[in-house]
Amino acid sequence: MSSETNLVQRHDTNERINHWVLAITFILLALSGLALFHPAFFFLTNLFGGGTWSRILHPFIGVVMFLSFLGMAAKVWKDNHITGADREWARHFGEILANRAKNLPEIGKYNLGQKYVFWVLVYAIPILLVTGVIIWQPYFTPAFPINLVRFAVLIHALAAFIAIIAIIIHIYAAIWTRGSIRAMTRGTVTVAWAKHHHPAWYKEVSKEVKQ
Amino acid sequence: MPLQSLDITRRSATTTASPHQRQTAEVAKLIDVSKCIGCKACQVACMEWNDVRDEIGSNAGVLDNPPDLSGASWTVMRYSEVEPEPGKLEWLIRKDGCMHCTDPGCLKACPAPGAIIQYSNGIVDFHEENCIGCGYCITGCPFNIPRISKKDGKVYKCTLCSDRIAVGLEPACIKACPTGSLVFGTKEDMKQHAADRIVDLNRRGYPNAGLYDPPGVGGTHVMYVLQHADRPNLYHGLPKDPAISPMVALWKGVTKPLMSLGIGLAVLAGFFHYVKAGPNEVEEEETEK
Amino acid sequence: MASLAPTFGRGAMTNHWVDIKNANVIVVMGGNAAEAHPCGFKWVTEAKAHNQAKFIVIDPRFTRSAALADIYVPIRTGTDIAFLGGVINYLLSHDKIQHEYVKAYTNAALIVNEGYKFEDGLFSGYDAPTHKYDRSSWVYEMGTDGYAKIDETFQHPRCVLNLLKQHYARYTPEVVANITGTPKEQFLQVCEILATTAVPTLTTTFMYALGWTQHSVGSQMIRAAAMVQLLLGNVGMPGGGINALRGHSNIQGLTDLGLLSNLLPGYLTLAADKETDYQAYLDKRTSKPLRPNQFNYWSNYPKFHVSLMKAWWGDKATKENNWCYDYLPKMDMGYDILRHFELMNQGKMNGYFCQGFNPLASIPNKQKLIAGLSKLKFLVVIDPLATDTSCFWENHGEYNDVDSAKIMTEVIRLPSSCFAEENGSLTNSGRWLQWHWKGQEPPGEAMDDAAIIANIFLRLRELYRKEGGAFPDPILNLTWPYKIPDAPSAEELAMEYNGKALADLTDPKDPTKVILKAGQQVDGYGQLKDDGTTASGCWLFSGSFTEKGNMMARRDNSDPSGLGNTLNWAFAWPANRRILYNRASADPTGKPWDPNRRLVWWDGTKWTGVDVPDFKADSAPSEGMSPFIMQAEGLGRLFALDNMAEGPFPEHYEPFETPIGTNPLHPKVVSNPAARVFKGDFEQFGKTDKFPYAGTTYRLTEHFHYWTKHARLAAITQPEQFVEIGEELAKEKGIKAGDMVKVSSNRGQIKAKAVVTKRIKPLQVDGKTIHHVGVPIHWGFKGIAKPGYLANTLTPVVGDANSQTPEFKSFLVNVEKV
Repeated sequence: MSSETNLVQRHDTNERINHWVLAITFILLALSGLALFHPAFFFLTNLFGGGTWSRILHPFIGVVMFLSFLGMAAKVWKDNHITGADREWARHFGEILANRAKNLPEIGKYNLGQKYVFWVLVYAIPILLVTGVIIWQPYFTPAFPINLVRFAVLIHALAAFIAIIAIIIHIYAAIWTRGSIRAMTRGTVTVAWAKHHHPAWYKEVSKEVKQ
Repeated sequence: MPLQSLDITRRSATTTASPHQRQTAEVAKLIDVSKCIGCKACQVACMEWNDVRDEIGSNAGVLDNPPDLSGASWTVMRYSEVEPEPGKLEWLIRKDGCMHCTDPGCLKACPAPGAIIQYSNGIVDFHEENCIGCGYCITGCPFNIPRISKKDGKVYKCTLCSDRIAVGLEPACIKACPTGSLVFGTKEDMKQHAADRIVDLNRRGYPNAGLYDPPGVGGTHVMYVLQHADRPNLYHGLPKDPAISPMVALWKGVTKPLMSLGIGLAVLAGFFHYVKAGPNEVEEEETEK
Repeated sequence: MASLAPTFGRGAMTNHWVDIKNANVIVVMGGNAAEAHPCGFKWVTEAKAHNQAKFIVIDPRFTRSAALADIYVPIRTGTDIAFLGGVINYLLSHDKIQHEYVKAYTNAALIVNEGYKFEDGLFSGYDAPTHKYDRSSWVYEMGTDGYAKIDETFQHPRCVLNLLKQHYARYTPEVVANITGTPKEQFLQVCEILATTAVPTLTTTFMYALGWTQHSVGSQMIRAAAMVQLLLGNVGMPGGGINALRGHSNIQGLTDLGLLSNLLPGYLTLAADKETDYQAYLDKRTSKPLRPNQFNYWSNYPKFHVSLMKAWWGDKATKENNWCYDYLPKMDMGYDILRHFELMNQGKMNGYFCQGFNPLASIPNKQKLIAGLSKLKFLVVIDPLATDTSCFWENHGEYNDVDSAKIMTEVIRLPSSCFAEENGSLTNSGRWLQWHWKGQEPPGEAMDDAAIIANIFLRLRELYRKEGGAFPDPILNLTWPYKIPDAPSAEELAMEYNGKALADLTDPKDPTKVILKAGQQVDGYGQLKDDGTTASGCWLFSGSFTEKGNMMARRDNSDPSGLGNTLNWAFAWPANRRILYNRASADPTGKPWDPNRRLVWWDGTKWTGVDVPDFKADSAPSEGMSPFIMQAEGLGRLFALDNMAEGPFPEHYEPFETPIGTNPLHPKVVSNPAARVFKGDFEQFGKTDKFPYAGTTYRLTEHFHYWTKHARLAAITQPEQFVEIGEELAKEKGIKAGDMVKVSSNRGQIKAKAVVTKRIKPLQVDGKTIHHVGVPIHWGFKGIAKPGYLANTLTPVVGDANSQTPEFKSFLVNVEKV
């Protein structure tokens, strides 16, 4: 971090690469998954070389995403405990949405919205993995009882739906909150951004630098 | 192959109408278990007509062979040694295969447009060139029929010889059956034939003989005459009240449009929020502090 | 066949497949029609569906036939005579016989010779050292008029009916249950149902196959059923009869054409060594009527025989040289298949031609067969497949563990065509000769069988011509009129069997009227002559290929009567008759017994009907001619006279390997006293101490003998050898379904998967619990199915005393988990 440049380091290179691996695989999975979920989206299979390729690739991509998520979750687990400040922040949620927020509590590295996305994924992705393995033809499905497979396809769809909604919110939040995307592209945010959105985190990192 | 392409009632993963200018009479295969001698001529005829060969397997301590349906065995005989009354042994032999449901779970579950087709004559046909090998049809089927081929990863099952029926022939298994256990015709005629058989069975001491044409799947185009229609489970686990699993019904029912809508709404909500509230920008003075 | 001819006159299924639909009660016993004859079995399902027929299956195993039966009754293998003897006793003691029929159409009223006796399990005339009967006392008592004596009041103690009652009085339901293991109530239930068909308007039909023939008393089992049918008045009736189901599409044709070593075509018989005088040969076979006014059809023997000799040796056969009688071989003994291998083992048979036959799998005691084949100088195998026999010298590990280096036999394999690769006729169980057409050319160097034999014959004749020999005349003079000498066509052969006129034939009633010109095909065997003016290769097939063309190729299935007698479909011997002895379907006055099933009747001037009457067409009922026209007395024989090796009445004898070790009826005579057992084979019989279970071999619907293990589709549907054992025995032995088990007899052992089933139940027999072990036969060391053991590794070498058909159905084994 350099005060000269007015920038604060938010994510290091490894984190950024991992995030984008996760992001890309998630998008691919969402597109190929939706393609097989509703006929309206079946045209998306063309992105993957047709229906059969979509079916073949989807589970392998899924495994990559799971490993990637595992890495990320281990790293950011401790930053995602929900605190009193988060709860206070939640009370101002309407003002925040309306861009009228004042006197917000001091938020750490992640705000409550980000934490919710995280926890949703913490539950959804392992569920997707387990149910995905159960419905993974032709390798694993024959080993499972048919009713479990039926349950798995339903749960897989529900979990995917929830995860997709969460990620849509996540993406929109990144677009809406100006100055956020560079945190994942270049790894840094401006000091003003840090002070405004994550003051507690900013204090912490600037302390570290001073010492 | 789609030989009756103007007679299509339904296609998988298709939300618009299918070509159905032409309407044909509903057909059915009737399997009279009380006349079946388990000779497997139908199995052989099926392999011959469709030109598929299962592997030469092994004996697993039963007469059933091949032991299960497969990509190359679209029908198999199921032998059940049961005692419906204590001490009275019966050897029930049931020809197993696709039932050609009026409300086909496989078609409902299939994500690949046109991979599963239902003709107006009632035949549910797989068009393997459109199949993507996901196996969703297997989850949809209440009778555990479709099988993924080890050779090509596509799913196969009985076609009710749609290719033969299209040119006015009966299915190969019907042609091969030596005892008249298998008969084929319009569904109405087959119901009448079954009614006559049930009278005979009633007289022979089977008061519960009946026709198996389960309403839970809208009726089927392969029907059984059973000596014990009240206990279809005796026949190698033929389900009593088959229906598409509620889980599959939910998955391929309301969730499909609702979730799609939900995703669309989420995107739209973001967009309009942006239009209304604008970006969340950090003010300049803050930056300078 | 060795029992139907003595009883009715002809050795064949009395009715035909389609006719089974007319039955009211169907009994499958000694057979498993659903599995072995699935196509013909359709007529059982027809009878059930449209004639409300009751269907009974009696078998040690609950078979696929039993799966469709109204009543299944278990029985211990080899005890069918005890069961049927019990039925006879029931019918007689409950007075459930069709009296008018029995009196008029069977020999019930005829009186038997005084010398006839039955005591302690033996009939009169037994010679213990030779195991043979002097059968001279098993005859009728003859009157001074030269005819057999009769007592139509049934008062005479030695009339057949009274002897019958006396003989079977011992077969009480308790005795039957004790021997057969069939619960008494179930036995009586069957008796009651059979008894319902003693009325003229209801019929029972019996369907049997190898489950009766393959016993040391097989012929007598069939005879016992034939007697039941005579008592019930069911022979000659639509929906009645004794229906021998042949195990091979053309095995009926084999016996019709005389391919057994003691026969000539058309059931003419070969002379014995001593029969050097032609006239004496003919006289012995030209039967004399035993009752007045009888048709006595075998009085025509000379016509058939002379015509045969003219077909074979043409102009060379003249009255002066007794129609070449001396050319025919004379038998010193019967050369049945069991004898063949005995002679090979003795070094007395050095060459063997094996055509369309796989004896290594089809004859008992494989070890003995391998030893015999190994001693041959040459073995010629004519077959479409590489049979196990043709490869007997190959080592196939545990499945055929031979030392190839030590086998010096030269094996020559001549590939032949399959049935679908040639024209020809097949004669089915119902005696229909059906023509079939070549579907495709045989592969590679394969030739049809006639061409192979022709090529061998022509070369042989050439050698005789060049080198002479002890007696070359029969070979050199054989007629060989075929257009292409080394490839006689099926049509040429068929025309030769039918026969033709060699000179102009005139109407016997009007000698100026020429019926047939010289060279024309005869219309039927009625036109054959004993003066050398006709030739016929098989009189029985006369009428099958006439001047009108190939009758066997007819395909008109119109059935005006609805009884299924499609007279314009193919050709049925004799004379296109569909139901044999059909005269008996009408009462003595010539009126059908059953007004709803009218088959033939007397219309006032002649016999007519919906079938070809099996009778002299102009013999009015008042003349008193009886319906079994091949018999010298014209009657169905409840008493078989001297035609059966082990007695005129069937008696229960245990299998040679009996699981109870005794015969509860007569412990001193346990097994068939007239059966032939070779030295060495007797020593190889096992006992219950080491082999406690009743083994039985059988066929499965998925396979055909040892052929279809070469066919992929059949191999897919039943790929691997297995044996069937009951749940109780399996539990005792710790065997689970799918386990590998070893089944052994005193002659060898096989290994196979265990199918554990509820369908084989232990039976209570003579105070013991008897378990059956089922051994399907279809596997071997050649083919594309999983390799297996030839089942005849286990089976004993003993045959029926009349036909020498091996006892494959009853032997002793042990079972162990491997």
